[in-house]
Amino acid sequence: MKARVTVTLKSGILDPQGKAIEGALASLGVVGVSSVRQGKVFDIEIADGDRAGAEARLKEAAEKLLANTVIENYDVKVLT
Amino acid sequence: MKSAVIVFPGINREHDMARTLRLISGREPAMVWHADTTLPAGTDLAVIPGGFSYGDYLRCGAIAARSPIMEAVRAFAGRGGLVLGVCNGFQILCESGLLPGVLMRNAQLKFICRDVYLRIERSDTPFTRGYNAGQVIRVPVAHGEGNYVADAETLTRIENEGRVLFRYAAPDGSLDPQWNVNGATNAIAGLVSAGGNVLGLMPHPENHVEAALGSTDGRGLFQGLAEHLSRAA
Repeated sequence: MKARVTVTLKSGILDPQGKAIEGALASLGVVGVSSVRQGKVFDIEIADGDRAGAEARLKEAAEKLLANTVIENYDVKVLT
Repeated sequence: MKSAVIVFPGINREHDMARTLRLISGREPAMVWHADTTLPAGTDLAVIPGGFSYGDYLRCGAIAARSPIMEAVRAFAGRGGLVLGVCNGFQILCESGLLPGVLMRNAQLKFICRDVYLRIERSDTPFTRGYNAGQVIRVPVAHGEGNYVADAETLTRIENEGRVLFRYAAPDGSLDPQWNVNGATNAIAGLVSAGGNVLGLMPHPENHVEAALGSTDGRGLFQGLAEHLSRAA
């Protein structure tokens, strides 16, 4: 079973890396970009089990390690 | 003072820390590997030094915070044991939940390696009794992620409880954004846990304890700890 966990900064948390990318895009002439926020994507394979079980395990992974919930939100999607 | 220095893969300041602890206390600190599950019997100070544990993968300190020895450190702190985390050690303490908040990328996105000035906010703690409140010390920083961030509620709580012990300041002790090297909220350089026994600090006082290295401003922290522990014993 393939899954994807996306971790993004909570709104209100400053993202200096996103700001730097935003500036770089502007200087490359990519117009119309009003904001960039950088996040992380984890592609995870789950050996076996049902969908609900996989989702629960991925949530546990996100809570325990993948995201720092003080500053980050996470989203779990089972793909196949 | 019977100290234990926790060593994670990728840590590189453990010998600086051990040298300082040996110099101030006259006792050899125990070096404790991350995979160990207990601190040596009789440990009264656990120290998490600086460096790049696990290559700063995922988030600074995130993987080290979940290693086996941290359970022992958490239990030790829960019993009131003194814990000091410097630089990556501060990041590890935040990731482990022993301290609130998080250390983000420096506001100017640069790794900063230089001396900074810190204002001591209070002297009535085991960590700062070697200083006077309001005193300014000069110590080095070396980090890319030292920009302290916490939610508004947490900030209000730690400020009201007087848990910020060190702030980035001008040499005269005034707070000035120009001297807040990494953009930390409220210029926070070091803060303690609710119980007052766990300190996280971004700068490296352990590197300023010998006159030959240009400054002894960091000695107060370690001498204060040694005095506190010798009285408690």
